[in-house]
Amino acid sequence: MASTRGFARPYWVALRYMIVATVVLGIAYPVAVLGIGQLALPAQANGSIVTVDGEPAGSSLIGQSFTDADGEALPQWFQSRPSAAGYDASASVASNYGPENPDFIAEIEARKAAIAASDGVDPADIPVDALTTSGSGLDPHISPAYANEQVARVADARGIPVARVQTLVDSFTQGRDLGFFGEPTVNVLQLNVALSQLEG
Amino acid sequence: MEAWLLVAQLATLVLVLAVIHRPLGDYLAWTFTSAKDFRVERGLYRVVGVDPDSEQSWGAYLRGVLAFSLIGVLFVYALQRLQAVLPYSLGFPAVPEGLSFNTAASFVANTNWQSYSPDVTLGYTVQIAGLAVQNFVSAGVGLAVAIALVRGFARRNTGTIGNFWVDLTRATLRILLPLAVVSAVVLIAGGVIQNFNGFTDVTTLTGGSATVPGGPVASQEAIKMLGNNGGGFYNTNSAHPFENPTPWTNLFEIVLMLAIPFSLPRTFGKMVGDTRQGYAILAAMGVLFVASLAALTAFEIGGAGTGPQLAGGAMEGKEQRFGIAASTLFATTSTITSTGAVNSMHDSFTSLGGMMTLFNMMLGEIAPGGIGAGLYGILIIAVITVFIAGLLVGRTPEYLGKKLGPREIKLASLYILATPTLVLVGTALSFAIPPIREDVESTSIWNPGLHGFTEVLYAFTSAANNNGSAFAGLTANTPWFNTALGLAMLFGRFIPIVLVLALAGSLAAQGKVPVTAGTLPTHRPQFVGLLVGVIVIVVALTYFPVLALGPLAEGLQ
Repeated sequence: MASTRGFARPYWVALRYMIVATVVLGIAYPVAVLGIGQLALPAQANGSIVTVDGEPAGSSLIGQSFTDADGEALPQWFQSRPSAAGYDASASVASNYGPENPDFIAEIEARKAAIAASDGVDPADIPVDALTTSGSGLDPHISPAYANEQVARVADARGIPVARVQTLVDSFTQGRDLGFFGEPTVNVLQLNVALSQLEG
Repeated sequence: MEAWLLVAQLATLVLVLAVIHRPLGDYLAWTFTSAKDFRVERGLYRVVGVDPDSEQSWGAYLRGVLAFSLIGVLFVYALQRLQAVLPYSLGFPAVPEGLSFNTAASFVANTNWQSYSPDVTLGYTVQIAGLAVQNFVSAGVGLAVAIALVRGFARRNTGTIGNFWVDLTRATLRILLPLAVVSAVVLIAGGVIQNFNGFTDVTTLTGGSATVPGGPVASQEAIKMLGNNGGGFYNTNSAHPFENPTPWTNLFEIVLMLAIPFSLPRTFGKMVGDTRQGYAILAAMGVLFVASLAALTAFEIGGAGTGPQLAGGAMEGKEQRFGIAASTLFATTSTITSTGAVNSMHDSFTSLGGMMTLFNMMLGEIAPGGIGAGLYGILIIAVITVFIAGLLVGRTPEYLGKKLGPREIKLASLYILATPTLVLVGTALSFAIPPIREDVESTSIWNPGLHGFTEVLYAFTSAANNNGSAFAGLTANTPWFNTALGLAMLFGRFIPIVLVLALAGSLAAQGKVPVTAGTLPTHRPQFVGLLVGVIVIVVALTYFPVLALGPLAEGLQ
């Protein structure tokens, strides 16, 4: 009997330990962080929601597509990067294409041709972020180069002067954090919201 | 340009770690050596039935580790199987048996390999009450085992190496929990969400609809990084903007991954009474880290390969806000610790860049490695190094005043054989058994050709080394991978732990031999060089052939 108890003893301790750990680390901890977040930083904790006319139109951190019902790019909006998830934030996913995957190569070719045609630019001048999908499939940003490349098309589709659109892009261009972390970005949703509020 | 950015980011990181490693390392040493229990700890010991003042032999310590881990597997398994009836399940059904086993093994083994896609599989309760709990305690187990080994070196003529329950409790309550709370709040300030909102649908500017996901992400993210776990709240892990919204949160997460592993050598030095010994270990870790980071970054900036060349750079699978330098810094950190989080998709790296992430794991994750596991891993290699140096010059091998006899060398040798065996046998079986091979090739592998082979090699390397990152094109939610990788994770975690604790026991039982003119100094640059050399040679000899079949062949064609 004594030896059985000796053998079983760590399991009893472990069982009781797991119950306590689940209550403290699995429930109390996230709820405490929830409380702090909701009280002190509610905007961030709830997803950095962007509103248009008081209605939520998305999160400034989650990219969106600006396409018609058939998935065709709408020329009057700045376009996000290509996305393996189709910007469906209920199921984030990446392409996971290896560098030599023939499907990957074909998709780059197709994107090059499509952007060259829609934006009237030399295929060689298209920025790399316009041709590749992001890791999350929800990248909210494009490079300033890709934003600038789209200015003429957007201005033309909206019938407003190029200079006004360019000014807007410049004001939404973010530099690197502290000057050397990450890359310069343009937040596509925020840019497009501002664009929609330009007086025609 | 990117090279300059990398240098600036690395310099910042080194500065931050240089500032924190000393107070944190000393705090860790105090945590595991102080005689006093906090009131809340005494309460816990009473509830679970532990006498905190009783010391354990290595066998008793090990039985505690194994019992606790087994119960942990059962808890996580049961929670997943019961998901349908749990609150905040988001309407997701019970997780199937095979997948539940794989995930339970994965989180208990501090691996966080994810055969499942969390976005479409797990509700909030399983994530916080199942997975996040293991994020804490599996990290605590790693830390406890490392400290037990250090005690083996520090103590003399004793049969005991500490008390597992006390070490686990202190690791969790004095170190991980307070750091996690603070880190979670910092992450929220950066934009990481913390709510129970579920999925919210909104109408977009174009009149279409978009979804904003919710979730208690910040609390999960903090401990996922700090405990070198790496399992994402979302499928795309730290590439997801709600897990890692900005370049500065990216650096913050990197610091969290490295804070404890790079502080532990200080703890080690402190506990064995000679901090120079710790700094020698730290130097070896630092050399390997920087060299590997430089190589990966050079390959990604180079952007070799048909696809990257055509697109104008290796940006597939990378986020615009991070670019290349912040992606390679994260990828190196994640794979050279045991974290396995990703902020960019390793499957889409250049062929040789992807190989570097594999190589980092093949190093055994010791530069600096996972929480605790990195320290005990590199101390094992240090034992081997002292032995080899002793053979070369005809000196009796001694390390920190402990004689390294046949028993110690056998244990260390078995340790360095265990994970490579799991990796190579697992990979080989995936292609050697005809029905499995057919399933692997038709169902699991995503990229054709050599890259597909690398996906399988990566999976077993990641599982056996308890990393958890993936060449994520691989569909691993199949009976073969759920079973084989689940076992690889458990064996890859617990076989080394058995050997480490046995070694700790055998070292603690010894006296201390005095330093003589014949003793190899283990705190000088010469030893650091030897140690790095042994690490690289052991890994290269073990894995070169299999790397030549996959990423090397692809990258050099």
